[in-house]
Amino acid sequence: MANRTPLYETHLKSGAKMVDFSGWDMPLHYGSQLEEHHQVRRDAGMFDVSHMNVVDLKGGETRDFLRLLLANNVEKLKTRGKALYSCMLNSQGGVIDDVIVYYLDETWFRMVANAGTREKDLAWINSAAQQFGGVEVTERPDLAMIAVQGPNAREKVYAALGESLRSATADLKPFVATTVGELFVATTGYTGEDGFEIILPAKAAPFTWQMLAEAGVKPIGLGARDTLRLEAGMNLYGADMDETTTPLESGLAWTVALEPSTRKFIGREALEKQKAAGIPRGLVGLVLEDKGVLRGHQKVLCEGYGMGEITSGSFSPTLGLSIALARVPASVPTGARAQVDIRGKMANARVVKYPFVRHGKSCLS
Amino acid sequence: MSKTPSNLKYTKSHEWVRREPDGTVTVGITDHAQDLMGDMVYVELPQVGRKVAAGKECAVVESVKAASDVYAPVEGEVTAVNEALAGAPETVNKDPYGSGWMFRLRPANAASVDALLDAAAYDALVASEKH
Repeated sequence: MANRTPLYETHLKSGAKMVDFSGWDMPLHYGSQLEEHHQVRRDAGMFDVSHMNVVDLKGGETRDFLRLLLANNVEKLKTRGKALYSCMLNSQGGVIDDVIVYYLDETWFRMVANAGTREKDLAWINSAAQQFGGVEVTERPDLAMIAVQGPNAREKVYAALGESLRSATADLKPFVATTVGELFVATTGYTGEDGFEIILPAKAAPFTWQMLAEAGVKPIGLGARDTLRLEAGMNLYGADMDETTTPLESGLAWTVALEPSTRKFIGREALEKQKAAGIPRGLVGLVLEDKGVLRGHQKVLCEGYGMGEITSGSFSPTLGLSIALARVPASVPTGARAQVDIRGKMANARVVKYPFVRHGKSCLS
Repeated sequence: MSKTPSNLKYTKSHEWVRREPDGTVTVGITDHAQDLMGDMVYVELPQVGRKVAAGKECAVVESVKAASDVYAPVEGEVTAVNEALAGAPETVNKDPYGSGWMFRLRPANAASVDALLDAAAYDALVASEKH
């Protein structure tokens, strides 16, 4: 039987269409993926993301361990609750996973990683941790995770879970977490909207979900989660990056801290070599100008520059046209014309900067 | 359980077929098929006048999730297409057996429609695919 989150029964009662997602029974949608997408952009929606892997890293050497493990630099984490997005690389510079790390105190960092990479991540983390006698790696299956996203997300969370949350979170900047009672509330998310990701005891998840629903927060499935994150120009592990690509080829150079040069992280040498040789490929946005829908693995011809491939594509409900992320030769400039092979027919597309949508508004010029 | 009107014929590839008084047949995808695919965002229809063989791809429906071929249920010639779907592909979700129809064919052989599945056989097929 597939893994189930503490909200599995709740999803069934809400009429969710359940699908297998990396070995988890998860809601694809609760009726209409398009309506759920618009709900998040226009109001507020909640996602069960309890399948994601929460790992606590504890001990006096944790910061040193993360300096080695992550391509981004945990030295940026100086204040309690601050979060850092980073790739975890293999020695060839390939992406093992992308993670968010929260700083709780000098002996406690919390990592949130993808569901589909759980076994691989833990094996990798544990093997790297062996070099650090004092790092304790603990999975937290006793925790659930609910993301509430949208322009009205904060107000609805306060209405549902109590005004005490307001004072605790009112001044939180993006990418920071704080603890309120048993709730770990972070201003992170995967939709390009304001909102929270709330980590909470698994046993409290159904009740909390119900309170949020009563405050008018609609449940949103993984289908809309994908179109929302694509519009927001956020990478999806396994599609836009994987172990065969480096962050430098995946639009994630900003997450790689090569300075200071004294920090020896896993994958550093490979990235330095790639940088010195010239990074051959990069990730760009595509907007389809003809009819049809862009999908992952479709071939892209950038005239005068060479071939590329769509890494993830879909219909953008907010824009009403099809968009994609594509890995193309690094020389392809914004505004270039491209042709995409859609099921044997060549369709016209334009290379654009992403994100495509930010806070509900089109970023296309 | 999907709705399966008893006055229609069906294919194993989830098209429905309705006989029209003028001898043509109207073709769409079943309620079961649209439900599996989810929200439709694009429908590509055949050219009127195109000759198609039974079982050959004739149209494409794309949902947010995926693209799927729609197959010609019988050999024939396309006599009409539902152009309203270009601006409103979601009609396929809302009314798969009515205004969500896709194209009309003039069958090369009128008897070929008889060989298609009836509603009970189609329901049995759907039930077996769920296991």
